[in-house]
Amino acid sequence: MMPWFTVSGLLLISYGAVVGLFYAPPDYQQGDAFRIIYVHVPAAYLSMMAYSIMAVSAGIGLIWRMKLAHAVAAGAAPIGAWFTFLALATGSIWGRPMWGTWWEWGDPRLTSELIMLFLYFGYMSLRASIDETSKADKASAVLILVGAVNVPIIHFSVEWWSSLHQGPTLIRKGGPAIDTAMLYPLLAMILGFTLFFAALLLARVRTEVLHRERRSRWVRNLVLGESA
Amino acid sequence: MELLAMGKYGAYVWSSFSLTAIVMIACVVQARARQNRIYRDIAIRLKSTDSAQ
Repeated sequence: MMPWFTVSGLLLISYGAVVGLFYAPPDYQQGDAFRIIYVHVPAAYLSMMAYSIMAVSAGIGLIWRMKLAHAVAAGAAPIGAWFTFLALATGSIWGRPMWGTWWEWGDPRLTSELIMLFLYFGYMSLRASIDETSKADKASAVLILVGAVNVPIIHFSVEWWSSLHQGPTLIRKGGPAIDTAMLYPLLAMILGFTLFFAALLLARVRTEVLHRERRSRWVRNLVLGESA
Repeated sequence: MELLAMGKYGAYVWSSFSLTAIVMIACVVQARARQNRIYRDIAIRLKSTDSAQ
C-alpha cells in the first residue's frame, strides 16, 4: 500500500501545486497571497486529522488494551507535530501581508492551534520519559484524550469568537465559499497530503511495532532475513 | 518571470511553499532515520545474544 499512497499522493500534490500557483485566478481581495491556502489548509487539516487519529487510537488502546492502537498513536505524533508547525508557520507568513502581523496572542484560532503543538510535544516527551512501554502507552493516551477537547475548539474557534482568522472556506453551511477554479487544486492538495500522511503513518507504525516486539521471534527472523 | 513574482507577494508565497517541501522531506528523513536506528538496535541485540549462547 505504501508506494501506492506515496506515488498517488505526490502526483496529486504536484497537480495541486502547479494549478494552484499558476492557473487558479488571483483572489479579488488578497491577490496572489491567497495561494498560500494551497499549503496552509492541507497542513492545518492534517494537523487536526493526525490528532483525531491519535485520540481514537489512544481510546481504543485504553479500552481494549490493543497494543497496535498505541503504536498507531505513537507513529502519528511526530507527523502531526510537523504539520501543526507547518500550519502555524504558513499561517504566520500569510498573516503578515494580510493582517499586518506575524502573530496575534489573543486570537483563538492561532492560540488553540499552538496549544495543539504543545500537546504533541507533551505526548512525545511523556512517552520518551517512561521506559516501560505499557505505562508509557497508558499515560500518553490519557494526555492525548484530555487534549482532544482542543480539536473542536480549533475548528469552531473562528465561528464562536471574533478572530483575525478568516471563516471556514470548505466545511460551512451552504457549501464551499470558493470558485471551482480555485477549489479543485485545493481538494487535490488536501487529498495528496492525506495520502502522503497515510504512507508515512504506515511506515512509522511498522517501525513502532518492530521496536515493541523487538524481543519476539518473528522480529528476530525478519531482521536476520533482511540483514543476511 | 511575472508568473513567478506573484504580484507583490512573491516572498510570502514562495517561502510558504518551500517550507512545506522542507517539512515533507524532513518527515520522510526522520521516519527513515528512526527505522534504521530500530533495525540496527535489533541487529546488535541479536548479535550479542547469539555470541552469548
